[in-house]
Amino acid sequence: MLRIKNINTYYGKLHALKNISLHVGAGEIVALIGANGAGKTTILNTISAVTPPSNGEIHFEGSAIHNLSPDVIVRRGISQVPEGRQIFKPLSVEDNLELGAYLRYRSHEKRKEIQQDKETVYVLFPQLLERRAQLAGTLSGGEQQMLAIGRALMAKPKLLLLDEPAMGLAPMLVQEIFRVIEELRSRRGTSVLLVEQNARVALKVADRGYVLETGKVILEETASELLANKDVQRAYLGKDKKEIWER
Amino acid sequence: MDLSEDILQYILSGLSTGAIYAVIGLGFAIIYNSTSIINFAQGEFVMLGGMLTLFFHVTLFLSLPFSIFLAVLVATAVGALFERLAISPLKNADPLILVIITIGGSILIRGIAMLLWGKDTYVLPMFSGDEPIVLWGATLMPQNFWIFGITLIIIVANRLFFHHSIIGKAMRACSFNRVASSLVGINVKHTVLFSFAISSALGAAAGIIIAPLTMTSYDVGIMLGLKGFCAAIIGGMSGGIGTVAGGLIVGVLESLGAGLISSGYKDAIAFIILLLILFLRPQGLFVKGDTERV
Ligand SMILES: Nc1ncnc2c1ncn2[C@@H]1O[C@H](COP(=O)(O)OP(=O)(O)OP(=O)(O)O)[C@@H](O)[C@H]1O
Ligand SMILES: [Mg+2]
Repeated sequence: MLRIKNINTYYGKLHALKNISLHVGAGEIVALIGANGAGKTTILNTISAVTPPSNGEIHFEGSAIHNLSPDVIVRRGISQVPEGRQIFKPLSVEDNLELGAYLRYRSHEKRKEIQQDKETVYVLFPQLLERRAQLAGTLSGGEQQMLAIGRALMAKPKLLLLDEPAMGLAPMLVQEIFRVIEELRSRRGTSVLLVEQNARVALKVADRGYVLETGKVILEETASELLANKDVQRAYLGKDKKEIWER
Repeated sequence: MDLSEDILQYILSGLSTGAIYAVIGLGFAIIYNSTSIINFAQGEFVMLGGMLTLFFHVTLFLSLPFSIFLAVLVATAVGALFERLAISPLKNADPLILVIITIGGSILIRGIAMLLWGKDTYVLPMFSGDEPIVLWGATLMPQNFWIFGITLIIIVANRLFFHHSIIGKAMRACSFNRVASSLVGINVKHTVLFSFAISSALGAAAGIIIAPLTMTSYDVGIMLGLKGFCAAIIGGMSGGIGTVAGGLIVGVLESLGAGLISSGYKDAIAFIILLLILFLRPQGLFVKGDTERV
């Protein structure tokens, strides 16, 4: 469904992505793991056309999308939950969700359907319902993360890009969020590309995973293989923490 | 007429010009929020409003309402064109460079207006007669009521647009976080273009409703623009009620100063307020601490 071929992305002179190739199949949950600065966020932003690749190809559902602008990417069915939530803090919770459906409003989709999807988000995250009229900036970190996910879901994406959704959340909430991700896949067939520092949790829900190091893919395996992989255990699963620093 | 009647007179006429500054100020705030630039060409759209109405009405003999409509339309188109030609091509330019470009744009538009209409001052007919209305000893023209009414409609429409329409909400989202906005599918370039169009329309409307009272010429945009800027600064570039209050404050203080001290100080007062605000409360009068701009 998503196929990335040999992309290179630069920030000025900094070569952030080096010949990255990866794919996400329909209905698949794929994890992207790697240390800080490895280029995980850059991959998502390159797909979303926020930081377009200088060469290489990105195909989605058979057509090239690497020359499109961010709004068109969303229209094609790819939504991103960005790193650090980036919700619209001065706007209400409800407004944030409505803006998630911005393109659906602009294409004059029936209000009723959008309204129903809003209700669905409130069913997924009941805390948001109680706070629907509140300014988004007044939400707790966990609630902001729920809102960021809810906002992305309002676009009815076929592929969801999630950038560290578990960041800074209590274990209970992390479970909650991953439950929602799995539910989305089983109910709607949504594909997910998941960036996560917490590799153990990510690999538990994922089908496959890629390991990224300084802008390069160094490993691609099924999630269970990665979980069993000694190097991955040492570097990303927190076993023998000391050794990571010595590497 | 005793002093209290004089003061009422000054306050009422001050509120009327203040309403104009408020509308111009809203235009500044809208563009600032979508681009982080101060559009110093804003005053020229105020001038275009008055001069174009005059042109359609007096030169082309069109009816006044139709002339007003056309003037707002043309000024809006000029604003959109200005954004397309001068702002949008410089995608990642420093805001300071863009601000300087808007100053260049204002000089250009003013120059063209001078070539077209000369340096004369013109007067636009009142919208509905010039029979003064006496109110508790103060005298107002029917035009003052037009100003109050139209300003009120603009303020309410502005509020409804930015808080209750999806495009208005998208523009507020853009002013808070452009990347996140583009990630929900908002076309940031369109919102910038749209903000220039709205601001030009607001400026033109302000220029049209005040022209029958104050006369108009190719260079009225300089002063009106700067006072609208002053209103927006007092309002902390909020695009909301703060800027409206800012306009009214400038209008009333200026009118009181001119009446009670000397009319020679009229323009100076606005600048003294502007400098005081910039030195003492650059975040605006009504913004608490460092809370988010809405
Ligand atoms: N806007 C930017 N300008 C310049 N360099 C950038 C920018 N964003 C990221 N980089 C650099 O690109 C590299 C990859 O960054 P990226 O944000 O993709 O890493 P990441 O894997 O998401 O890290 P983290 O786990 O810390 O979020 C880093 O070296 C980073 O410093
Ligand atoms: Mg990152």
